[in-house]
Amino acid sequence: MIDRKPNPKAWLLLLPMLALVAFNAVLPLMTVVNYSVQETFGDNVFFWSGVEWFRQVLLSDRFHQSLLRQIIFSAAILAIEIPLGVLIAITMPRRGIGVAFCLVLMALPLLIPWNVVGAMWNILALPDIGLLGRAVNGLGVSYNFTQQPLAAWITCVVMDVWHWTSLVVLLSYAGLCAIPQPYYQAAKIDGASRWAVFRYIELPKMKHVLTIAILLRFMDSFMIYTEPFVLTGGGPGNTTTFLSIDLVKIALGQFDLGTAAAMSLIYFLIILLLCWVFYTVITRKGQQ
Amino acid sequence: MAEIQFDNLAHSYIKAPDGADDWALKPLDQRWEDGGAHALLGPSGCGKSTLLNIISGLVAPTTGRVLFDDEDVTALRPEQRNIAQVFQFPVVYDTMTVHQNLAFPMRNRGVAETDVQRRVGEIADILGLTSDLNRRAAGLTADAKQKISLGRGLVRDDVNAMLFDEPLTVIDPHLKWKLRSNLKLLHQRFDFTMIYVTHDQTEALTFADNIVVMNEGRVAQVGTPAELFERPRHTFVGHFIGSPGMNIVPCGIDNGCAVIAGRRIAIANANAALHRGGRNMELGVRPEHIRFCDDGIPVTVKRVDDVGRSRIVEITLADVRLKVFVLGNDALPDANPRIAFDPAYTHLYQNGWLAGEDAAHD
Amino acid sequence: MLELANISKTVGGQTHIAETSLALAPGAFNILLGPTLSGKTTLMRLMAGLEQPTTGRLHFNKQDVTGLSVRRRDVAMVYQQFINYPTLTVYENIASPLRASGESKHDIDRRVQKVAGWLKLAPLLKRKPQELSGGQQQRVAIARALVKNARLVLLDEPLVNLDFKLREELREELLEVFAGRESTVVYATTDPTEALLLGGNTATLHEGAVTQFGPTREVFYQPQDLLTARTFSNPPLNEATMVKSGNRISNHNGLSFAADGGLKSLAENSYTFACRPYHLLLSEPDAPSVAHARGKIQITEIAGSESFLHLDVAGHEWVAQTHEIRDYQINAEVDLFIDTRCFMVFDSTGRTVAAPEFS
Repeated sequence: MIDRKPNPKAWLLLLPMLALVAFNAVLPLMTVVNYSVQETFGDNVFFWSGVEWFRQVLLSDRFHQSLLRQIIFSAAILAIEIPLGVLIAITMPRRGIGVAFCLVLMALPLLIPWNVVGAMWNILALPDIGLLGRAVNGLGVSYNFTQQPLAAWITCVVMDVWHWTSLVVLLSYAGLCAIPQPYYQAAKIDGASRWAVFRYIELPKMKHVLTIAILLRFMDSFMIYTEPFVLTGGGPGNTTTFLSIDLVKIALGQFDLGTAAAMSLIYFLIILLLCWVFYTVITRKGQQ
Repeated sequence: MAEIQFDNLAHSYIKAPDGADDWALKPLDQRWEDGGAHALLGPSGCGKSTLLNIISGLVAPTTGRVLFDDEDVTALRPEQRNIAQVFQFPVVYDTMTVHQNLAFPMRNRGVAETDVQRRVGEIADILGLTSDLNRRAAGLTADAKQKISLGRGLVRDDVNAMLFDEPLTVIDPHLKWKLRSNLKLLHQRFDFTMIYVTHDQTEALTFADNIVVMNEGRVAQVGTPAELFERPRHTFVGHFIGSPGMNIVPCGIDNGCAVIAGRRIAIANANAALHRGGRNMELGVRPEHIRFCDDGIPVTVKRVDDVGRSRIVEITLADVRLKVFVLGNDALPDANPRIAFDPAYTHLYQNGWLAGEDAAHD
Repeated sequence: MLELANISKTVGGQTHIAETSLALAPGAFNILLGPTLSGKTTLMRLMAGLEQPTTGRLHFNKQDVTGLSVRRRDVAMVYQQFINYPTLTVYENIASPLRASGESKHDIDRRVQKVAGWLKLAPLLKRKPQELSGGQQQRVAIARALVKNARLVLLDEPLVNLDFKLREELREELLEVFAGRESTVVYATTDPTEALLLGGNTATLHEGAVTQFGPTREVFYQPQDLLTARTFSNPPLNEATMVKSGNRISNHNGLSFAADGGLKSLAENSYTFACRPYHLLLSEPDAPSVAHARGKIQITEIAGSESFLHLDVAGHEWVAQTHEIRDYQINAEVDLFIDTRCFMVFDSTGRTVAAPEFS
């Protein structure tokens, strides 16, 4: 019953999947690669240009600036969302009817489509008609995210925190719930303070889920497009033009296909690198 | 170290308990002698863990008081009671080294660093952890981790009692041996009041001088290992202690003797069998107290299990099944096996309680 | 009949199971005895087909089943944890393997009722697993393994998470339930006494290698090597390294006795002498040749009808298991005796050169 002969026809069954991957990933990617190494002046006439586009992108101030903005944005939201998420998770009830209520409340922002989030915050924060915008200005603080770079940044970050902190909360909460009661009891008996319980029991036991949360949020925020685009459109000026927004501007606004293709490949490689880190960390954790 | 006392203590996990079944722990008065090695023995759900958690302050009793050396501690929090506890699954602080783990309870209490160092050194030496002091606690084996949780209790000199909640559950048999005798040595050396909760009769008997056997939220018997073994006050104790447990068979009574399958059998509590109604009578005798002999009651041998040091022989007397211990070097009977009961250790029970002793119970 | 032919398992350069050949027959328990992490579970997973061996073939009833998926193997497994479907009733839990294989309603009912009867689950059939005690939950898991009448039943320390008394009870039931069945039953345990009580055949494991396989009592009484003897002793074996010279057997620590009886024929050399704790006696036995030693009491543990005396015997940590209740003062000196026929003697490579007779 074992040692059956391999049947070459079985490979045929893989064809639909291979076709799907080809049309979905390989072909578009190859088109981009094609654009990234050639120069065209329209009419489907192409000239070989080697790594010229890559050189231009990598040396351009514009790319550096949007990459820097992207990194600052990701760092900012991580610095806020992770501690805030952990803090909320710790204060959430572990038993009783409060659990269901809190979990639903936490899940709500995650269920809202990205462009709706952008539009919501746009309306909310408008200085003349938005609830938030008027309230802040009413407090005597000058606030106009369509004109002040700092206000635009803060709004973007706050919007992301509002949208995604829940994910960190839910992951941390799951981690916390997996800690057996005796750990808390032993800590009480050892006379540990609340901080010591967090530092020596909760944090080490949450390490795994927090790693996942950090990597997920980092990758996600690195690819963010819809929300800031709907909210600020990358402005005022270029102050909230993150990598993805810049890429769209170059490709569809200026129609610099070569630059855009090179930039998207670089962007793609950065994301791929992050994915690899993510995958390695997760699988290594799994083995432990 | 302190004497621990329960004053009319009872506990229910239900808000408004109604009827005996709602009480996880039925009203009880109990005194745990200062410096003693005590065990709480019983099956899952008998209330022994509830009792332990009431002592440590993790559970507040529904009614009654807990006293440490006559001081009422019922309202005190666990950290105020100065209790050390070792749990079923080893609790260690993963990110700390063994040294930091041992020092943790003292540093939390603001003990001077020189004392911390000295004490950690001493305890690590006693527990055989000295060579591991600078290793991370996370990577150690289960028994080493359990030693660390034990050590975190031992380092403190203000401990009123050390509580053990089935501490050897995750330890392999051959290491259980080591750890168990370590505990006993520690008790002899430190004179701590130790309370050891377990479902394993061997652990309870070997560890403790004084054992509280619990069943269904009630204390079935309190006594030394020998008392529990030789004269169980309840059939539950007879069954629960000993492996295999006591043979318990329904019987009749006749003028100071028990009667099984028409055979009169002499018993230790003969007076109780003189003038009593014959309802719900049972005879209890341990496999150790039945022996094969030439002039006893004829029986049939059903099965023999060899466990090395002894053999457990299953026999039937008429339709009554009994187990008999035969020591390693004694021969098994060949044809026509006959048995005799040791009258000093053969007891009569009525309604589960040792006949003649049940007046205090319902 | 399950046959393992040169099965081994290596993961990332680490040997989990060293090359092993075993023939496990139906009709009696096949016990895998060894401490935690000695490879019992891995070996079982290999037998079940949950893992593929790095080398070797697996035959079931003469058929090569290496590489065959578990679903096609007719295997049932019971774990340490009580694993049941939480949302299904006890009845549906037991019936689940039969439903999966599409039996008729009538057949399912008949077989569920029968198995439930064996394992005393009949009154509980309508309950959900979480309403049951641990012992009952494990009974359900065992019933599920039994109901499909699998040809290979693997029990991985099924009693370890139960109360001591329940363990005793369920162990006896298991013996009765499996007696006279066609299935090949494999049972993993860390407890030597449990292995003895279940009888059948035992394979002792040490660090991923099977050190011996044979009838349980034979392995217990006449282990082929020191590792097997150690694995199959609880309380641990009393050991001492001794040298035979002339007609004395002695060591540097001061242990010494005459090489009488069967020990006469031993060649002059260095050996490991060992005896089980119940062979270390406090009164002189009636035997042709007796070894004597003095020991110092470290602790006494009294367990009902027997006591465990932890002793310091010329620097060796030994245990004597006696059948009487004896409470000694710490550091009291006692005389110790061993019937020399009870010695297990191992050469410097750990191979057995002498072991007690047994009937």
